[in-house]
Amino acid sequence: MATNHIVDARAIHKHFGTLHVLKGVDLKVDERELVFIIGPSGSGKSTLLRCLNRLEEPSSGAIVVDGIDMLDPKTDINHARRRVGMVFQSFNLYPHMTALGNVTLALRKVAGKGRAEAEALGRAALERVGLAERADHTPGQLSGGQQQRVAIARSIALEPRVMLFDEPTSALDPELVGSVLEVMRGLRESGMTMIVVSHEMGFARNAADRVVFMDDGLIVEQGPPAAIFENPTHERTRAFIGQIQRH
Amino acid sequence: MSGWDKFVETFFNAKVMWKYLPDILSGMVVTIELALLIVVTGLGAGLALALLRSLAIRPLNWLIVFVVDLFRSLPPLVIIVLMYFGLPYAGPAPSGFVSTWLSLAFVLMAFSEEIFWAGITSIPKGQWEAARSTGLSFGQTLFNVVLPQAFRLTIPPLTNRTIAITKGTALGTVVAVTEILGQASSAMSNSYNPSPLMMGAAAYVVLFLPVVVAARWIETRFAWKR
Repeated sequence: MATNHIVDARAIHKHFGTLHVLKGVDLKVDERELVFIIGPSGSGKSTLLRCLNRLEEPSSGAIVVDGIDMLDPKTDINHARRRVGMVFQSFNLYPHMTALGNVTLALRKVAGKGRAEAEALGRAALERVGLAERADHTPGQLSGGQQQRVAIARSIALEPRVMLFDEPTSALDPELVGSVLEVMRGLRESGMTMIVVSHEMGFARNAADRVVFMDDGLIVEQGPPAAIFENPTHERTRAFIGQIQRH
Repeated sequence: MSGWDKFVETFFNAKVMWKYLPDILSGMVVTIELALLIVVTGLGAGLALALLRSLAIRPLNWLIVFVVDLFRSLPPLVIIVLMYFGLPYAGPAPSGFVSTWLSLAFVLMAFSEEIFWAGITSIPKGQWEAARSTGLSFGQTLFNVVLPQAFRLTIPPLTNRTIAITKGTALGTVVAVTEILGQASSAMSNSYNPSPLMMGAAAYVVLFLPVVVAARWIETRFAWKR
């Protein structure tokens, strides 16, 4: 399949039993693009994101990431997932390991680095998220914002081509959100391709290249942040934007 | 003679105790051998079953659950008796020692499988997802992320079960295993005096108290700051 998009998802359907969560979604993302996905809860945003690295198996459709057919049974999915980093709402750090241990695990087991090299790369990744001096702390000794930054370091240490963020700041106290967004802004400036599911509208407005509005398992409309936030063409988008801006 | 002197004369008779000390000591050796075999094979098989179960192969899991529930519900004594007196009719005739070992190992396997399985399933799904999203395989995630956390949760119930079941080695007396209780009760009937039984009790304490202390140490050792 010829494509010049780094992420090319076509006609993605996902059923959970009788529930039809994704109803034929197409999403193409260019290299270095930051795409924001917004929409009411239950609209399928997170499911779409989780289909892109096959944490969720789509019922049908096609997904190509960085030239790799993610749904081909012959694709080594563990190998492919190295190119797609993911950050979760609940951080999901390994509580029995230090921050450095969290970051180096996949470097050693998946990327096959030796201990010394993995630790050097791990410390560099922690440095990038501003937590070099917390390398030997366990997750329990870190704040929520610090934990999420370690989780970002765990992903970027593997040098992914795309980063997926699934509500990265929703579980954080308001005063801790800024530090995580700061790291995400830095990533964007370094040219990382990012797909972000989030309701941080301020961040979307000044950092996103494109905002995608989803509702009821479909992409309703998409465009530059200014267009979506100021002049939504669809009634459902207008209602949703109006609701979140009132808060 | 006062009541106290009579009590000591009966239950802690020095002459009787000295005479039967070698028997009790040899019983201790047998009990230690039995207990180590039961712990190693029982816990090993229990962990293996829990790992097999995590593969989520449905017919296999039904079989595992059936076997586990069976051995959890049967009294250990019944299993020992069946194996020692019943199995010879089908061909193999295990000794009393082997019958006791295998029976209690099966029971420990069944209970520890349930404990290991509960530990594995108590680890949040997010841990699996985070690990798999970085490219770790199912097995790498299980061994590097899930099991280390699961083990920590399983240590207290596991040590309780292990101690309870290894004490069941005393059931070996019914199939003529010369472990501590077997030695003590034959010494008791030979000497017409219960002092050997007291020695047996002391032997169990000497054997199991360090295990309890070690278990407590392991629990604190494996705790991490949340």
